[in-house]
Amino acid sequence: MYSEQIRPLVAQHARLRMAVDELTDESDLYRAGLTSLSTVNLMLALEEHFDVEFLDRMLGRQTFGSIRCLAEAIAELRGATDRDRIAG
Amino acid sequence: MNVARRAILPAPPDSRALLERVHAIGREAVAPHADAVDRDARFPHEAFAALKAEKLLGAYVPAECGGMGLDVSQVAQVCEALGHHCASTAMIFAMHQIQVACIVHHALDAPFFRDYARELVARQYLLASATTELGVGGDARSSVCAVKVEDGRFTLEKQAPVISYGATADAILVTCRRSEDAARSDQVQVLVRRQDCALRQLSQWDTLGFRGTCSPGFEVKSAGDAAQILPAPYAEIHARTQHPFAHVVWASLWVGLATDALNRARGAVRSEARKTPGTIPLSATRLAEADLVLDTMRGTLASTLAEYARLLAQADPDAFGDYRFVVRMNNLKLTASQLVVDVVGRAMVICGIAGYRNDSKLSLGRHLRDATGAGLMVNNDRILGQNATMQVALREG
Repeated sequence: MYSEQIRPLVAQHARLRMAVDELTDESDLYRAGLTSLSTVNLMLALEEHFDVEFLDRMLGRQTFGSIRCLAEAIAELRGATDRDRIAG
Repeated sequence: MNVARRAILPAPPDSRALLERVHAIGREAVAPHADAVDRDARFPHEAFAALKAEKLLGAYVPAECGGMGLDVSQVAQVCEALGHHCASTAMIFAMHQIQVACIVHHALDAPFFRDYARELVARQYLLASATTELGVGGDARSSVCAVKVEDGRFTLEKQAPVISYGATADAILVTCRRSEDAARSDQVQVLVRRQDCALRQLSQWDTLGFRGTCSPGFEVKSAGDAAQILPAPYAEIHARTQHPFAHVVWASLWVGLATDALNRARGAVRSEARKTPGTIPLSATRLAEADLVLDTMRGTLASTLAEYARLLAQADPDAFGDYRFVVRMNNLKLTASQLVVDVVGRAMVICGIAGYRNDSKLSLGRHLRDATGAGLMVNNDRILGQNATMQVALREG
């Protein structure tokens, strides 16, 4: 459900060699030119946009492998934040 | 591997006996030629004839493929031992083992590479590497050139600013893009054998140190069987093998270089102490300080090497992409490459003018020149920059 919001962030920060609308949610972002170090820019943009903080265990190819994986990670992190807010 | 098969394989040699043999080669075939190799910037042929005679170029090939079956720690120890005698020889040996490790870790399931590993052991092939490329700078994880595959054959051309011992190697592992429409970072590694390629030398290798590695630029034009492309993506090979293995074996040989420099200083301290019985000379205090620095180098190497060996044994491919692991490997390179210069500089102060002279037994010129190369091969600023980026993302160190 977050993938539409993620797409422009990928377009702006992931330094891919193709337009983001050429990618499906399942496309391999690393094949599209994402590198281990450019994930850091993308991560910072996602954190800013969604007001979340990625956990260290998420800083890998599994999380950043596709737009769908990123959407799931955001959902997981947002879920935690929303629960915290309710609890607070 | 089943138990019955394990029983018939030769056991890997015990480390102490192996290291004694390597030091014997070092004294007899490496050290006597180290100055000539350095002066003439020529390949250490005598050293490699002796290493091949001991089958050491197959050190990291598993026993079931005919190799010695050493683990990464043992290979690192061999590099350190060679580093005592000639850093160029040790560097060539280390770089060869990194390429062997790429094949051993990532390609032995493929019939071509299984056969090639056996052939490498039997014929004691020397493997070189072509990662960096003109137009890309020093970033090994980025390629401009691409491999083309048609009807089961590949063609590949690369302009490499540096290929160490490229003119002497039996094969070169060349990184390139997976195909002509692949991203710069979507790379594979291709085994290009001498008979598969034409090499055109693009530059000379007249450097301050590591002169015996003979590392000019080359244009590589090659063609061969598509089976020579390593089956794993280079991203995986780099993370699990090329990057960590390189930093471990390089740091090891720098420890060997630093140890030899300090041993020369030790000789100077002892002869000074003999002249002043009952008084410990100031140079002994300097030696104690320098040994402290060397110990820091050793400690960083030992703990990082243990971590890498542990992860290799675990066989969890994701562990190698973990930023903390990558940072730690980079830290080993940064620490060891800086401290090797520090130790040699301290040894120079202890040896005094005898260390400064090129014609004395305590001469440290070659050590100093070789040591300064350590921070430049994969420039420390590039590595620090990568660490800086990863530190931004890490929440816990």
